[in-house]
Formats: sequence, structure tokens, C-alpha cells
Amino acid sequence: MKFIKFFLVGILFGIVMSKAEIISWFRIYEMFKFQSFHMYGIIGSAIVLGMISMFLFKKKMVKTFKGDDIHVMPKKEGLSRNLLGGILFGLGWALAGACPGPMFVLIGKGVVSILVVIFGATLGAFFYGVYKDKLPH
Amino acid sequence: MDFIMQPWEWYVAGPVISFIMFLLYYFGERFGVSSNLETFCSIGGAGKFVNYFKIDWKDNLWNLIFIAGSIAGGFIASNYLTTTDAVNINPQTVKDLADIGIMNAGQTYLPDEIFSVDTMLTLKGFSILIIAGFLVGFGARWAGGCTSGHAIVGLSNLELASLIAVVGFFIGGLVMTWLILPLIF
Repeated sequence: MKFIKFFLVGILFGIVMSKAEIISWFRIYEMFKFQSFHMYGIIGSAIVLGMISMFLFKKKMVKTFKGDDIHVMPKKEGLSRNLLGGILFGLGWALAGACPGPMFVLIGKGVVSILVVIFGATLGAFFYGVYKDKLPH
Repeated sequence: MDFIMQPWEWYVAGPVISFIMFLLYYFGERFGVSSNLETFCSIGGAGKFVNYFKIDWKDNLWNLIFIAGSIAGGFIASNYLTTTDAVNINPQTVKDLADIGIMNAGQTYLPDEIFSVDTMLTLKGFSILIIAGFLVGFGARWAGGCTSGHAIVGLSNLELASLIAVVGFFIGGLVMTWLILPLIF
């Protein structure tokens, strides 16, 4: 039963990704062409409000529902990992027109071919795990 | 109800996404979708070959349930909360896409030239889908996060690592959109 809340939050996530057309390949293309404010407004407003959440977490004004402090784990530092990994991700994001979240939402929309993309993404994560020690970080 | 059925504007969607992030932390977890890809590898037995995947995937069960919910949300939204499949993109975008060989842009959520079942069953179409996914998966795990973990959480948390990653996302995205896509179709 403790997992049902994650399922419900996931439903909300799937709905907002669909209703705001974030799962549309065309919206991602339009964003990278700088031809619409839509995606920038979404990501930008999520970040600005997210800063307030982070502030509340850090000042311990908001704790988890169990009363524990909320620590946001910092991302791993490293120019190579973040820049090179980021560039590969960006190439894939613009080609697939979907980042990992929307990929799953598109299954719910009934897009069969997205399963191939998700399979490719899992394969990519696997190959990263295999070659991790040979890559610059 | 009319408001729900219309496409949602950015000033609705952005705050809702931020609220989702808030809820996941409030529930004692975090917001990051691409780490599920590693969990898939662990469940599939990748830990037998690579130590990196030797994790107790049950620790990430909450996140798998989150994406299961997002699949359900996608189903609900497209079947019960949407009246049209059209996406109201910039007319200039429609023209630009026609120029590179992608027709009927915006009449559906996705271009048939990439996502139709017929395309998927061709060698070229299948390769595009696999390569696109591979780049997303490999890149996200190398960078340690995707749009959720880096762009939204990391930038909210004012992390330099995430700023670098997002700059990378845009370099890659711009190169694909402006230079590579025109050569593919």
C-alpha cells in the first residue's frame, strides 16, 4: 500500500506530460528551433518554483511525511561526464523527440514504436555500465 | 471540465511538474526518470556481467511504480481527457519540417516518418528508433541524469554539474535538429 502514492503521482505526471504536449516530438523540434516559448516556459517555471521547494527543504521548513529531513543528493561533478554525456543525451532527445519520462507516457498513448526507443535506451544504459571505467568523467 | 480538455498552457504544466518533484521528495524519494533504465538492466540480470548493475533493484521499486503510473496517466489523458490529437505548433515549424521531408507536422503528436508501425518495420526506421534511444540512455547515465534529474532538480538546486549537463543537452539537441535531421529524411 505504501507504493500507491507513487502510482498516483505517476498518473499525474503522465497526464501533465500528455496534456501539455510535452510528449509530442513536434514540441521538442519546435523548442530546438527556438520557434515557441512553450517548452521554455514549462521547464523555466518548474525550475523557478523548484528553487522555492529546495529552499524549504534546506531550511527544514518542509520535511518528509514521516518527519525526516529532506536531503537532495547533489549530482556528480565532472566536466567530461556532464558535458559529453549531456551532448549524447541531447542528440538522442532531439532525434527521439522524447526524454525518458515522455517515453513511458507514450506507451500509455498506445505508441508501439516507442518500445523500440525504450529498448535502445536500456541498451544504452547497459553499455554505459560496461564501458564506464574507460570513459572520462 | 472544459479547462481540462483543452491543451494545458506552460504556466499550468510547469507548476504541476514542480509539484510532482515536491511530492516525490515529500514522500522520501527523489525525481529522476532515467535511473529506471539501470534498474531494468539490474532486473534483467546485468549484475552477473557488470558489477555496476549489482544493486538491490527493490530499492528502486517506488520509481518503477512511478513510471507505471505515468503509463496509466498517458492512457487516461489520451483516451479520456483529449478531444484532438493535433498539436498547435508554430506554422513556421510546420513549414521547416515539410522542407526536410516531415509532412503533416502538428496534425498528430508524433511524425509518421519516425513512429508509424510501417516505418518501424523498415531497417532505416528501426535503426533510427534504436539509435535515438541508445543515445538517450547512454548519455543520461553518463551525465548522471536526464531532463528531470538534471534540468529540473539540479538547476533548482543551483548545481554547476547540472548547468554543464543542460548546456550539453542543448549542444546535442541543436546539432541534431539543425544539422543532422535535415540529412536523415
